[in-house]
Amino acid sequence: MISPILLTVTGILLAASAGIPLLVAGNPAKGQKIAATLHVLAATAGVSGALAALARKEVETWSIDWGIPFGPAEIGVDPLSALFLLPIFTISACCAVYAVGYWPAEQNPESAPKLTLFLAVLTASLVTIVIARHAVLFLAAWEVMTVSCYFAMTVGGRRKEVRDAGTLYLVVGHLGVLALFAFFSLLKGATSSWLLPGAGALPATSPAATAIFIAALAGFGIKSGIVPLHIWLPSAHANAPSHVSAIMSGVLIKMGIYGMVRAVSLFTDIPFWWGVVLLAAGIVSGLVGVVFAIGQHDIKRLLAYHSIENIGIILMGLGVSLMGSSRGMPALALLGTAGALLHTLNHATFKSLLFFGAGSVIHACGTREIDRMGGLLRRMPLTAAFFLTGAVAICGLPPLNGFVSEWLIYLGLFRGIIDADTFNDPYFALAAPALALIGGLALACFVKVFGIAFLGTPRSDRSAESHEAGPAMLAPMGVLAAVCAGIGLFPQAVAPLLETVVRSLDPGLAATGTTLAGHASLGMVSVVSLVLLLLVGATTLLYRHRLARSPVGVAQTWGCGYLAPTARMQYTASSFAATLVGLFSGLLRPHTKTPLIQGHFPKQVSFRSHVPEALLEGFYLPLFGLLNNRLSLVRRLQHGRLHLYILYIVVTLIALLAWSHFRIRS
Amino acid sequence: MNTFADQLLVLVFLLNFMVLGSSRIGIAIRVVAVQGMVLGLIPSLIHQVSPHLLLISVGMVGVKGFLIPALLNRAVRTVGIKREETPFLGYVPIMLVGAVATALAFLFADKLPLAPQHKDLLFVPAAIATLMTGFLLLVSRKKAISQVTGYLILENGIFIFGLLLTEAMPVMVEAGALLDLLVGIFVMGIIINQISQEFSSIDTSRLTSLKE
Repeated sequence: MISPILLTVTGILLAASAGIPLLVAGNPAKGQKIAATLHVLAATAGVSGALAALARKEVETWSIDWGIPFGPAEIGVDPLSALFLLPIFTISACCAVYAVGYWPAEQNPESAPKLTLFLAVLTASLVTIVIARHAVLFLAAWEVMTVSCYFAMTVGGRRKEVRDAGTLYLVVGHLGVLALFAFFSLLKGATSSWLLPGAGALPATSPAATAIFIAALAGFGIKSGIVPLHIWLPSAHANAPSHVSAIMSGVLIKMGIYGMVRAVSLFTDIPFWWGVVLLAAGIVSGLVGVVFAIGQHDIKRLLAYHSIENIGIILMGLGVSLMGSSRGMPALALLGTAGALLHTLNHATFKSLLFFGAGSVIHACGTREIDRMGGLLRRMPLTAAFFLTGAVAICGLPPLNGFVSEWLIYLGLFRGIIDADTFNDPYFALAAPALALIGGLALACFVKVFGIAFLGTPRSDRSAESHEAGPAMLAPMGVLAAVCAGIGLFPQAVAPLLETVVRSLDPGLAATGTTLAGHASLGMVSVVSLVLLLLVGATTLLYRHRLARSPVGVAQTWGCGYLAPTARMQYTASSFAATLVGLFSGLLRPHTKTPLIQGHFPKQVSFRSHVPEALLEGFYLPLFGLLNNRLSLVRRLQHGRLHLYILYIVVTLIALLAWSHFRIRS
Repeated sequence: MNTFADQLLVLVFLLNFMVLGSSRIGIAIRVVAVQGMVLGLIPSLIHQVSPHLLLISVGMVGVKGFLIPALLNRAVRTVGIKREETPFLGYVPIMLVGAVATALAFLFADKLPLAPQHKDLLFVPAAIATLMTGFLLLVSRKKAISQVTGYLILENGIFIFGLLLTEAMPVMVEAGALLDLLVGIFVMGIIINQISQEFSSIDTSRLTSLKE
């Protein structure tokens, strides 16, 4: 059997080289196609490597004897790495193919080569993060990921918005790296090695373990966008090219989840409050994410807030799992981790699918504003079908994959409510309604997006003239939609993979003999989903049959029987969401400008509403402004005079020499 | 043989003071070249002569004694600057500071836990004093080209430390260090030209607009 690491490293090399053809090719279109082919080949190698790693029992590691002074590095593909390799390779290949249609090199001779290059580097760095077992290699790959993603997201934009979003992303990203430095240094202190220890190698009871957990929560939390560390996420996702948004939302923020799962798996005897912290962070992120999403008018910003929501759901799963393992309830640990990991996979597929769909819509309508779209279902039926698939999946409805993972987390919560009687823990009983609320609000939000953008009649000339996306854009969407449907209809297929991963993370769990099938009747899900699909199909056929025989009239949506209705009388995204935005206005702080309408024949007026990133504008920016003013004395140290900078070094050097001098003497 | 090496190191000390005290850039470059050549000879004096050592010596003398000075002289000719007009710290004060730094270097080296065979040699004080000289030049001089000489002297200081380990040091590391240095000087030469074209001056104290 061929080695999983060899396949993965082949994947890294193929993906990393994908940026080169377009840089040197005389024919840009051909160069871009070669790049996409290389990505697809990389994905073939990488996915087969990951599956091979999940299939075999023992974990293989390679040691890299490099020149840097932190000891030999190690890479390895264990089941957790393998599980994360699947979305990384699949989504990046889909993005590369999508780019051929979305960002064609002939029309963007300036930016397409850069974009392709940085996408390739990003893919390679993401894979390296997941297989790195050495702190320095991990941090180096992490840094390459942060920076290459920055370049990929800002490459096409000279606008101020794009640059601001990029700067915010870079600044916050580097703050996160600072926390990771602390994380790895503390870990080095605990294990006296730069290599990551195996699962369950450290006791979680020491104060150092608490510090490691907090550093991991901050560092990985910033990358994954946990509220209140999510401030970089909405603007970065909204302003990046759509396929970069897809890889950011689908894969990049999942690196935070990967890091968190990896960090937690290093410990045994985990205190109960770690689980409570993760569960609470999950609930807050989920609710805040979905509530902010409802208020957005920009389709990509809206999707970005849904990423925060889904990260919240994943964290809830992890929280349940930690609480379960600290209370000695293996079923909870299994259901929670399996649900969280499956949701990670699922979110990667359906969120990328949604971003691809949004990209097609933006390509066709020339705007990200939902309120300028409308009636796209008739004009781009395939995109609409794929977008709907993604929307149903993200709302956690059967028969798609989002349902399966959320259902596992629900099962974990219910199992917790039943079993926790002995401990008198109220947490599970509080978390289940929160998850239900998140699901309901997400459904409302996607009814809004799909209803406003795809149904009704066009609100602008551009959306009236919109056209279906090309095959290069539709094919990746088709693949991802098929994955969504596949996992949703046949969850039994992924259950063994999840079990392998969970067992590798928690060696104690393997001994108890708990199985996923024993606690979740996945076969039933499959049957119910198929029946549901049949019912929906039958209803559709019946409806079309009836429709064919009835008279058909054409009218404006919400025309209300007026003589001359216009498309602008339709519900808009803001009017649809007004009730919910009003309910949550304490949190959202919406800016609305309502005009005064007077007289029988009022003048033309306009209404505006906008939901800002309240936490950024209301808390972080004022805070940093204040700090900036208070610290103006410190800022004088940064004066730009090279000589004095060197003087700082000299002074430090002399101080160190003097210090060691006196230390030697005494 | 070691006493002869010590005498060469005394020469290195004197050369340090010569750079600190001279305002003419041409002299500074020549002094750095001589210092580089002197240091290039020392490895063959203190250790058993081997092909590896000879290679290091020839490389050092060639690069530091001839190639780098030639590059620097060309840069000086293109920018047409002969003197460091107004350093941050005058020539006499800086020599005094250099003298204090050298004295401190001796004091400090005395206290270091060195291997017995290095105890009575001048290597460690020479290394520290040369490092400090390089730093003093970097801090006090304004012209980019004088800063390059400061950087070279700093590197010489590091090299003297390395001399203690020459036998243990693989030839690749040496070669790598030399190559780095050469490329560094090359880049600096180009940058100096660019700076002088852009700002019609190579006064680095005026390059402060890049802060924050």
